[in-house]
Amino acid sequence: MAARAVGFGLPVALAASWLLAHGRLPGRFLLNALAHLPLVLPPVVTGWLLLLVFGVRGPIGAWLHSAFGIRLVFTTAGASLACAVMVFPLMLRAIRQSLEAIDPGMEQAARSLGAGPLDRFLTITLPLAAPGVLVGAITGFVASLGEFGAVITFAASIPGQTQTLPLAIYAALQSPGGETVAARLSLVSVVMAVTGLLAAEWAGRRLRERVGL
Amino acid sequence: MGRAAAAGTGRAVTLSVAFRHAFASGPGPRMDIDIDFSVPEVGTTVLFGRSGCGKSTTVNAVAGLLRPAQCRIALGGRVLADTRAGIFLPPERRRIGLVFQDARLFPHMSVEGNLRYGLRRAPAEAIRAGAIRFDEVVDLLGLAALLVRRPHSLSGGERQRVAIGRALLSQPLLLAMDEPLANLDAQRKAEILPYLARLRRALSLPILYVTHALDEVARLADTLVLIRAGHVLDAGPLPALLGRADLPLAQRDDAAAVLAAQVVSHDTTRQLSELAAAGRRLLVPLLDAPPGSAVRVRIPAREVILAAEEPRGISVHNVIAGTVRAVVTDPVRHAALVEVALEGAALLARVTPDAVARLRLSPGAAVLALVKSMAIEVLAD
Repeated sequence: MAARAVGFGLPVALAASWLLAHGRLPGRFLLNALAHLPLVLPPVVTGWLLLLVFGVRGPIGAWLHSAFGIRLVFTTAGASLACAVMVFPLMLRAIRQSLEAIDPGMEQAARSLGAGPLDRFLTITLPLAAPGVLVGAITGFVASLGEFGAVITFAASIPGQTQTLPLAIYAALQSPGGETVAARLSLVSVVMAVTGLLAAEWAGRRLRERVGL
Repeated sequence: MGRAAAAGTGRAVTLSVAFRHAFASGPGPRMDIDIDFSVPEVGTTVLFGRSGCGKSTTVNAVAGLLRPAQCRIALGGRVLADTRAGIFLPPERRRIGLVFQDARLFPHMSVEGNLRYGLRRAPAEAIRAGAIRFDEVVDLLGLAALLVRRPHSLSGGERQRVAIGRALLSQPLLLAMDEPLANLDAQRKAEILPYLARLRRALSLPILYVTHALDEVARLADTLVLIRAGHVLDAGPLPALLGRADLPLAQRDDAAAVLAAQVVSHDTTRQLSELAAAGRRLLVPLLDAPPGSAVRVRIPAREVILAAEEPRGISVHNVIAGTVRAVVTDPVRHAALVEVALEGAALLARVTPDAVARLRLSPGAAVLALVKSMAIEVLAD
């Protein structure tokens, strides 16, 4: 589920951060604010807003349901969507930072050598931003594992389907004698978080070394 | 759009640049740029002027990195931009190889990856029609030992050589270099200048070269475009412009005439070489160049002595007869600059106003220019 959240969220975050870093489009300020909303809103509010928009009776949810028969609410896909939205700002920040750190002269050089826009993005911008993109992906993945509020509001807590780690821990704590399970799951959670952060740091450093920054 | 300064006489004009642009914002004072010049098909055109006079802006306009408010830029009959006709080719379709002051190598690729980046994107017809080959460039710029290295491990001079190679391999129709040596110290500069001189000779590719260093002008330029405060002051063949007493170049301490010359013969016993330049013979300290080879000689204005009649018993080898074309006095430095016309070129002599009066130097007067052999700087052409 976390992998799916990152898988869907990352390209969108990449596109959005590219727009924010490069574009002079008028809605830039608004887009930026909107993208960061999940970071400042209480997660439950985000979940509820998702429910309004993507619910079976919401504008997008209804269309998805009638056109493709896709139901997001209370499904694994829905949980992924909730996670993706929640970790979106984290990924956006990491990617945007690395995009803005790229010398615009690199792209000018590529243009003078005959590279068109897509070509430049794939061969210059993306590889140079790779450390940031990777760090964004790993942070996003780890943060997805810990999503609680938005997921429980939008996708409920169905074991094996929409239950994230903290939801499982919470559920275990609610049931009598669940402390052992909770402790075990918490340990898993800690290990995964620490591993994720270390991996992000290590991968970022390796990649930066590779591009000689 | 101002006056078109066509350089050269009767030769095909290939690069014509005319544009107006105003920098409304940004640091520094507002400057209006109005550039207009045409330069001939072959050789190296140097844009010369102080920092911030609009040279780099001109290169960016030619390359398409800048979109001027009004422009018409054509290269060999191919219109790159014309605001009136609504044409503006993006940089990636102009086929202009660019070398920046800061090499701008791609840090995530090896030297070879950088070199091949442009080659891979060169139009197929350019590759078919006798391309600039990879091995040729590696050889010409001495890059063989660098191919597997990463840009961040290269020295400034090496980076610049790779950048030049990368631009060449994109099979450009014009190579544009924006102060490629400005960030290098004198030693690195001396190391890379021979490569540039070699490039000029080995490839029949027109070069547009921006600099504010006069020594690079003397070595590399065939055609000179003088730019001051956003305008073209004058444009023309190098010897003609460097030999003009009325241009600001002549007011510099290092003012010098540059003449195209040919090695005639060597005299090993006297340890002298004889050169032919501007219809005259020059003797210089023995050279290591075969007879017939082309060189250029640089004769500093302050090293030239003027005489009314031929002196005797003097160490000077070169007594060059010419005609005074212009005398420009410099009241601040109490000096006078005398322009001595030769065949198709001119010498500059910086003398005192008193000397001008005593020798009655005025336009049209016959005069002898005395030049020490040791004062003549011979540059490879």
